[in-house]
Amino acid sequence: MMQITFKINGESITQEVKPALLLIDLIRDHLKLKGTKPGCLEGECGACSVIVDGEAINSCMYLAINVNGKEVITIEGLGDHENPLDNVQEKMVEHGGVQCGFCTPGMVMTTKAYSDKCKKKGITPTREEVKKSLEGNLCRCTGYAKIIDAAEAVYEN
Amino acid sequence: MEKELKVIGKSHRKLDGKERVSGKAVYGHDIELPNMLHGSILRTAHPCAEIISIDTSKAEALEGVECVITADDDVYDVNNISYKRDHPILKKGTVNCNRDEIAAVAARTKEIADKALQLIEVEYNVKKGIYDPVEALKNEAPQINEFGKGKEQFGNKNMAESFHYEHGNLEEQKAKSKVIVKRTYELPRVTHACMATSNITAEFSPFDGRLTLWSSTQVPFLYQRDIAHALKMEPSKIRIIQPIIGGGFGSKLDMHPFEPICVLLAKKSGKPVQILFSREEEFVLSPTRQPMVIDLTTGCDENGKFTFREVEIIKDNGAYTSWGATTPFVMMQSYSSLYQVPACKFDSHAVYTNNPFAGSFRGYGNPQATFSIETNIDLMAEELGMDQSEIRLINANYKGEVTGQGLHFKTCGAIPALEKVIDESDFEKANAEPKGDRYKKGIGLGSMLHVGGGAKIYRSDGCGTVLKLDDYGYLTIITGSNEIGQGSETVLAMIAMEELGIAEEKIKVINTDTDVKPWDVGVHASRTSFVAGNSLLGAIKLMKEKLNKKAVALLDVVTDDWEYADGKMTFNEFEIKIDKVAREMHFGTPHELCTVNYFYEPPSKFQDKDFKGDVSGNYAFASQAIEVEVDTVTGNVEVLNVHVSQDVGRVLNPIGLQGQMEGGLATGIGYALTEEMIYENGELKNPSFHGYKLLTATDMPPVHFYPIETYDEAGPYGSKGAGEAPLIPTAAAIANAVSNALGVTFYSLPITAEKVLRALKEQKEKNKEVLV
Ligand code: FES
Ligand code: FES
Repeated sequence: MMQITFKINGESITQEVKPALLLIDLIRDHLKLKGTKPGCLEGECGACSVIVDGEAINSCMYLAINVNGKEVITIEGLGDHENPLDNVQEKMVEHGGVQCGFCTPGMVMTTKAYSDKCKKKGITPTREEVKKSLEGNLCRCTGYAKIIDAAEAVYEN
Repeated sequence: MEKELKVIGKSHRKLDGKERVSGKAVYGHDIELPNMLHGSILRTAHPCAEIISIDTSKAEALEGVECVITADDDVYDVNNISYKRDHPILKKGTVNCNRDEIAAVAARTKEIADKALQLIEVEYNVKKGIYDPVEALKNEAPQINEFGKGKEQFGNKNMAESFHYEHGNLEEQKAKSKVIVKRTYELPRVTHACMATSNITAEFSPFDGRLTLWSSTQVPFLYQRDIAHALKMEPSKIRIIQPIIGGGFGSKLDMHPFEPICVLLAKKSGKPVQILFSREEEFVLSPTRQPMVIDLTTGCDENGKFTFREVEIIKDNGAYTSWGATTPFVMMQSYSSLYQVPACKFDSHAVYTNNPFAGSFRGYGNPQATFSIETNIDLMAEELGMDQSEIRLINANYKGEVTGQGLHFKTCGAIPALEKVIDESDFEKANAEPKGDRYKKGIGLGSMLHVGGGAKIYRSDGCGTVLKLDDYGYLTIITGSNEIGQGSETVLAMIAMEELGIAEEKIKVINTDTDVKPWDVGVHASRTSFVAGNSLLGAIKLMKEKLNKKAVALLDVVTDDWEYADGKMTFNEFEIKIDKVAREMHFGTPHELCTVNYFYEPPSKFQDKDFKGDVSGNYAFASQAIEVEVDTVTGNVEVLNVHVSQDVGRVLNPIGLQGQMEGGLATGIGYALTEEMIYENGELKNPSFHGYKLLTATDMPPVHFYPIETYDEAGPYGSKGAGEAPLIPTAAAIANAVSNALGVTFYSLPITAEKVLRALKEQKEKNKEVLV
């Protein structure tokens, strides 16, 4: 067992974990944050994407001990009391990017990390760049078009 | 004149979209019950073998294991499952395919359960197995499925199912034909790849023998019956609760062995048990689209008018017979009735092999049939020297047609859909254009016909609705139908908003619990918005009668011409809030609640023994024109543009409909170009997203969608079912486009880069021969 201290969705947590524990299992099984989805557990589908220190990562391929000292944001950490949905989430719903929704938390977290980075740099990506940013996230329902529309709309004022 | 609609026809965001986008929606994977155990299933190590012995003692002794079951267990008092009841839930004696379940474990954690599986010792006598249906039909082949009735029913022990259909005078039409094209097509095994893997949670009450299942079935009432039959229970003791479903596409039409196995574990352990598939298990175990070989002969006269179609199909049924064996119902419709066909003869044989069994998949046999039909059409056009667009237009179906099979097209958008994509894609020009050097461009057409108003394949194809308007003006729609992501519950809410003038915030849709909701046959055949929509409209009519009567009494005015809008009922200067009417009903005399109950059964008919009859409430038609670019150096095919036009009767929710188009097309493009389960001697070689290529965001071409509205009176507001259609003609159109680009025709899918390069090489060699 190892002790790790990290921030998740704004809250500081200290936890004893096994060195082999995966971040997705820490999130879903220990912390009971079920919004992060297990699509493959093989690093291939992106459904389990969460943000660690500003980067979207596949939580099924990431050891829990590696979040020590870091800040993790999951789908539950977006939005606040006043605006329960983040702009990215609003756009996903508005543009019809959600069908069965199993890929959606991953799509949202990937888009959130990417758009935050673009905004920080003051750039608006092209549609091709937006598509590229979503390449690691699979969806079987939507054919991606509406998800890409939503991810592009994030840059509108 | 028809009244103007306020809600229907305008884009409406998904009803529970906010729950789904915020991670709050609860899927099967997210369920945790107190005291719940985790189940794992041991599958055979060999696709074809005799089981000599199974020793579970070590697994049972492992700490944390609560129970282990095999087919020899006392609790295993069951019936065979599947469409033909030829599938034992747990196998003993023999195993017939790589999926075969031998034992199952329930343990405190998933890790312990998986570890226990490794401790189960099974001794096999490995056999060679038969993986080719043609081999299986030979006399010397052993009987693969001991429960198969092929010998008695079809004269061959390994025949699982067989269909014969015909209309018209084949010989006469053959004699009339100027051109006859005969080709053989080979279709691969592909899988649904739902993003959520299969799952089930079962809780069995020892007190009253009631069973609760949290299941992602798409047909809960048929499933309830299937579980009851499998486990020798009374159906009404089984309550099916559907958590949010992470993709269906047909994969959840059959009940699969893991589901009754989970119940058996729950029964034996006395605790709730959950089984979640890993992604690898999902690839191995999810039913596939039928692989098949299609021999198609078609003819046309000197003017290009079609004369006949003759088709013989051998389907690899796999080791057991699922609903998938009935896909010929749909396939024969395309052969008999997609375009005008004076004579048609159809034979299809599903043959047992030691491969995994196929199931149902969006399109239900139709993508396969359409691929063969549309390719043959291009070949006939070429031989006749006729335009590919023209040959389709002169043969296309029309309004009022009753086809040789008895399908009655009371409305028909086939010609408008074809014309639209031909026009928008500038088809004739693109088709004739020079093809480029290294990168060659091409364009292809494909059309399809599919049921649009349900399909009568079960004794009832109906759907029940209960409506409840409460004292505060909130409406609860309790519908038998299900939501599996396709957006039908949004459409239902829109209908209620339109008809009753109730705001979205005041509408709830309840559709997840068989103890609560009325009967419905389930999500299949693109039927939900059609059948559940009509059912809801029927219920609303009854509710309005009640409300109208009460409003008349309250306001002392004689009319039944009330307008429902903004939460109010209005007639001339008379106006009353709808919640007030409901309250007056409840608290005034005679006391009654504002609830109604309605069951809708579509007007469709069972087909007769010759498979003739008007099987659906209406029919959907669509055409696609697809542009591709082929890299002749790498063999890579890129889809540049998709033009799709579909007769949807009437657009209900544009954004939802467009989403169905794009999603269906993505699966269709995958079927055409990238997706294939690679099986060698009964074993799957690519059970992961790494080896099985789904389209990604960068592969998706622009989709130009042109709905055709034909206002069919059978459908709600004139609409038709739409969900399966977008992927049906896609592979056909792409294959035709690639052939237009390269001058080579492809008779099998997927059209991978290797296949393209091989074909180009052969073409070169052939050309050389010609030159020599
Ligand atoms: S679940 Fe992590 S990438 Fe698929
Ligand atoms: S919405 Fe179903 S997988 Fe993306």
